[in-house]
Amino acid sequence: MKFRPVLLATVATLVVAVAACAPKVPPALPAPKINQDSIDAANAARAKAEADARARADAEARARREAEERARAEAAARAAREAADRAAAAMAAARAAFATAIYFDYDAADLKPEARALLDAKLPLMRANANIRIRIAGHTDERGSDEYNVALGQRRAAAAKRYLVDQGIATDRIDVASFGEERPAAMGAGEENWARNRRDEFEIIVGGESLRLP
Amino acid sequence: MILPVPTLLKVVIRSLSAAVLLSVTVLAQDPQGVRIGLTYAPGTRPGLYVLPMRGADADSIRAIITRDLDFGDRLSVIAPDSGAPPIGKLNYALYARLGSAAILQLTRNVGGSLHVVLHDVVAGRVLNTTELPIGGPLYSPEWRLSLHSVADEVERWATGVKGIASTRVLFVRGGTLWLADSDGENLRELPGVGYALGPAWHPTGTMFAYADLRDDGTQVVVRDVQRGTSRRIVHEQGVNMSPAFSPDGRTLVFASGSDGTDLFAVPLDGAEPPYRVTVGRGSTNSQPTFSPDGRRIAFTTSRLGRNEIYITDSDGANPELLTTSGFGDQLYRADPSWSPDGRFVAFSTQIEGRFQIATIGLRDRAVKQHTIDGVNEDPSWAPDARHLVFTSSRSGSKQLWVLDTESGRLRQLTHGSASRMAAWSPRISLSR
Repeated sequence: MKFRPVLLATVATLVVAVAACAPKVPPALPAPKINQDSIDAANAARAKAEADARARADAEARARREAEERARAEAAARAAREAADRAAAAMAAARAAFATAIYFDYDAADLKPEARALLDAKLPLMRANANIRIRIAGHTDERGSDEYNVALGQRRAAAAKRYLVDQGIATDRIDVASFGEERPAAMGAGEENWARNRRDEFEIIVGGESLRLP
Repeated sequence: MILPVPTLLKVVIRSLSAAVLLSVTVLAQDPQGVRIGLTYAPGTRPGLYVLPMRGADADSIRAIITRDLDFGDRLSVIAPDSGAPPIGKLNYALYARLGSAAILQLTRNVGGSLHVVLHDVVAGRVLNTTELPIGGPLYSPEWRLSLHSVADEVERWATGVKGIASTRVLFVRGGTLWLADSDGENLRELPGVGYALGPAWHPTGTMFAYADLRDDGTQVVVRDVQRGTSRRIVHEQGVNMSPAFSPDGRTLVFASGSDGTDLFAVPLDGAEPPYRVTVGRGSTNSQPTFSPDGRRIAFTTSRLGRNEIYITDSDGANPELLTTSGFGDQLYRADPSWSPDGRFVAFSTQIEGRFQIATIGLRDRAVKQHTIDGVNEDPSWAPDARHLVFTSSRSGSKQLWVLDTESGRLRQLTHGSASRMAAWSPRISLSR
């Protein structure tokens, strides 16, 4: 029990000490200081990160969308292009069929069977384009009399015209001309060249710029 | 052209026998003076000695006249290259020994005209003499025509037949029309003709017609030579080509059609529209050529299936096949040209696939082939009814050649770019 006085004294001291302080408000502990800047920074960083992520996602989505659109557009364009190419090829084929020359025997103006077939191939284009006017130009090889050949070329052109008119093409849609031996397709002598020069050539002289396909 | 003198003399002396020299006689006497000619046996050519000449441009003047006389093919021209003109009276006996039946003496007058004297060696006297003006500057077309006219006049004095030097040949080169003097000189292009084919002269020589080949058809164009003005003969669309003037110069006949052609005639004064001459029923009838009296027309027709030459009355009546004889390939005859004396029709006929020049006599229908080398076509008569100009490939390209149908002598008229479809003009007078 020896220690009790000491304890008591200590307590008393403490009480006194406490009593001595009692009239003063004990100073509050300083509240932990909040660093708003860092919060803002953190928030901003987070927001930015989120925004970035969103933006990335959006961009990716947009890119995907655009890529899809582009792909669709390209596919459409390709399809259109292919269609146009096909149409152009068909038109070129129709024009080529139209422009194909027909050939004659020496000093003859009558149509051979193959010439008739080539003329038949020109009919669809002429029927699909009622507005076009054509010219048939007759030519000869160099062998006959120069002047007679002008008349012979005319008969060759007229023979082709007569055939087309018989197939229902209006006569006023077909002009004829003759160039005799003056405009050879092949220069030089020999049957090979002569045969290439005994011909009718076909040309669209009105409406050729806007043809409709048969 | 002209042989060296020694060669010529040998030839002349050999060919000109005494008989020929003796046959040189006075033909006719003109009361006005000496308007006479030498006669000579057919097939021979009297010797004509052209004396040296002095004065301004003497060498050019003498060379051109000498060449014209040579090209006329009626005289055997002896023209020494150099030497002074003889002075005083000519020693006719000496020139007779050189083979000359006549002597041509040319002297330049002070006024610029040419003093022309033709001596008859056998008669020993002057045959004819005249002063002929020389027009235009040296080498101008007028100057050349003056000299050609001198040659033609001398030829008339010596032979009784006027020469053909003062003529021109119209032809096609590269689609345009060109003109050359009968000696091939004075070559020039006629501007603004389009793409020309098949020219033909009016009998006055003041105009010609041709076909203009165009994209919208071939049209006949009549053009005035001096003025260069043109007018188109309006007819149906298609081919209008191969024009020919009637000898009276009043009518133009041409081939026309859109499928097959027939001959049509139109008065030049435009009083009537073109009227049909032939009835070809779809065949090709073209290339008309008039007889000199204007009553008949020869033309090319395909009515038999191949090209032949027919003759018809100028109104289209009585068409008949002219080239009846079995001559050539029976394939193709074309390009008829009626001779100005009415005796022959020249034409092209295919022999072994190539055209050759032939003539057919209208009385006996006898055919004579005149060429054999290369392709020869499109003959046209000179006004003397003796020379033909035609297109020949014999030199490697198409060129114009002149043939003397009596002697067979041939000369090349054009050189250079290909030339074809010649039309020989009538004689052209100096009056412009």
